[in-house]
Amino acid sequence: MSEYVLQFLISGITVGSIYALVGLGFTIIYNASDVINFAQGEFVMIGAMSAVTFSVAGTPLIIAIIMAMLVTVLIGFALNLFAIKPAKGASVVTTIIITIGASIFLRGAALLIWGKDFYSLPAFSGEQPIHIAGATILPQNLWVLGMTVILVSAVLLFFKYTLLGKAVLACSCNSTAAQLVGINVGKMMLLSYGISAMLGALAGVLIVPITFTSYDAGVMLGLKGFSAAILGGIGNPIGAVVGGLLLGILESLGAGFISSGYKDAIAFGIILLVLFIRPSGLLGRTTQERV
Amino acid sequence: MRINLVKFLSATALCAFLLLSSQTQAGDTIKIGSFLAVTGGASFLGDPELKTLQMYIDEINQKGGVLGKKIELIHYDTGGSPKKAVKFIKRLVKKDRVDLVIGGSTSGTTMAVAPLIEKFKIPMISLAGSIKIVEPTQKWLFKVPHTDRMAAEKVFQDMKKRGFTKVALISGNGGFDKSGRAQSLALAPKYGIEIVADESYGNKDTDMTAQLTKIRATDAQTILNFGFGKAPAIVTKNIKQLGISLPIYQSHGVASKKYLELSGAAANGVRLPAAAIVVADELADDDIQKQIASRYKKQYEAKFDQVSSFGAHAYDALMITVEAIKRADSLDKKAVRNEIEKTHNYIGAGGIFNMSADDHMGLKEDSFKLLEVVDGRWQIVN
Repeated sequence: MSEYVLQFLISGITVGSIYALVGLGFTIIYNASDVINFAQGEFVMIGAMSAVTFSVAGTPLIIAIIMAMLVTVLIGFALNLFAIKPAKGASVVTTIIITIGASIFLRGAALLIWGKDFYSLPAFSGEQPIHIAGATILPQNLWVLGMTVILVSAVLLFFKYTLLGKAVLACSCNSTAAQLVGINVGKMMLLSYGISAMLGALAGVLIVPITFTSYDAGVMLGLKGFSAAILGGIGNPIGAVVGGLLLGILESLGAGFISSGYKDAIAFGIILLVLFIRPSGLLGRTTQERV
Repeated sequence: MRINLVKFLSATALCAFLLLSSQTQAGDTIKIGSFLAVTGGASFLGDPELKTLQMYIDEINQKGGVLGKKIELIHYDTGGSPKKAVKFIKRLVKKDRVDLVIGGSTSGTTMAVAPLIEKFKIPMISLAGSIKIVEPTQKWLFKVPHTDRMAAEKVFQDMKKRGFTKVALISGNGGFDKSGRAQSLALAPKYGIEIVADESYGNKDTDMTAQLTKIRATDAQTILNFGFGKAPAIVTKNIKQLGISLPIYQSHGVASKKYLELSGAAANGVRLPAAAIVVADELADDDIQKQIASRYKKQYEAKFDQVSSFGAHAYDALMITVEAIKRADSLDKKAVRNEIEKTHNYIGAGGIFNMSADDHMGLKEDSFKLLEVVDGRWQIVN
């Protein structure tokens, strides 16, 4: 029995690290503007799809990945410049609805470019499973886990120790005040969409050998990543990781011990319960509005 | 009130005009109506089906048509919605006055219009999979694709041959998956097979190791996966990842090159039932379906992307229709219906069709080929 538990946990961590990586992408734009960017899942999909396209065209994997990230960053910039910026002064809810529209647009465009097929990339370092006390894990999963740790640390350091990161945070706290102290809010927004897109693309590239990709892959990943970010406390990079891993483990234990048909219901039921008790998420800051 | 009256009058006038104009046209062309899921979740069905219909209707018209008349295709996109299908079938019959109908792509849209088809007394050939469409038989309703029951039978026959009696079943949460699962559960006792595990997953899930770990703990001798899209490829990879060495069976839902590409080396040894069209190139030269399968594949791939068995269903439906009209030598709906029912020894892309009053599909389960993946290629198992 204990051997099952270990496999369930490893399965959960595997899936959870994917959710965490996607969830991480939500934090940057949220920290800059309090907006939840529902096109984040599409960033993940576009990153994965472009990497596959470049790789199939014969580009070495590492260059294909960098080019895919560039493409996605450009799309992130475009999203900001052509969809978000013209709606300047709109409420947060309006902006969120714009991102939903953008996600539908990007999905449609991807459908026209890549069709309805599924695509994959070869695993970065082989497909030989690694055995740990009767349970197994794939090398690609270690890549995902490792990169999640690196990216989370990078995002944390960025917000905590760099002037740029602090400037981005300031925009979210009070954009008028930020403007007054000389922060170019428009540029910070552009930057945050670019970084979010880059994180999304990187997530997409890392997980595509495990999950495959198609024009509509962003929907599910975006939803699960968003749930992870909310569960952990949105805006907090560590929260996204904790939320992602927890969601993955809940799903896999639910599938393993109760019923595979109801695993999503079990996981989301628990998320609802957690949010009922702690509305700001597990590690979320409780906001106090000063009047 | 006044405005309403004007609207009513103009609408009536328009109707009368349309009625007249369509009646004047009626003699010149053969009108085939169609409602397919070209967009939406089931577009992988409707898209190749519509392309196939258009391609072959063009070809037939270039060769002079049928009975000296050109075929005209009137198509509406249902997006997979049964509600729209009902609306479109009314429009096809009442306004467009089609001679017969080919469609819909999904079992849901087909079943939604089935009562209307009987009411309108117009022949319809469905391109959907469910056995419910032709069982019980309805007078005006036919279908051409293989059923999920045939797939399950083909798989169980092979399992029996190999001496497997304990099977672990894992399936997705889509309509295709669920129907396949139900058929497998119902048929298993007939072949002396016990289903020792019955797991499911979401079709967009990224990892099925938890379910497979549970299967590993059972005394199953083989794993049957009923699924469609990318999920079966993930299942295949996960099985290898967990070091499970049981033989794997998949359904006809994954009979495409994409499955081989996605699952890579993990797919070696996997067996599945599939239509001949999938292995058109691998068929023996004396295979009765060789000629038609390679012809369809060549023509379709010259114009569009990779061939699928779904487009081939539309091909069969169209050809059965054309043959029936030729034999009936008229467009009388009753005569055409009777001739469709008499379809005998028609060698199609999906198999050999022998319809009768109690069999409105006409395929036997031997129209499925059993394939095994050998070094990333399909091989026909005899």
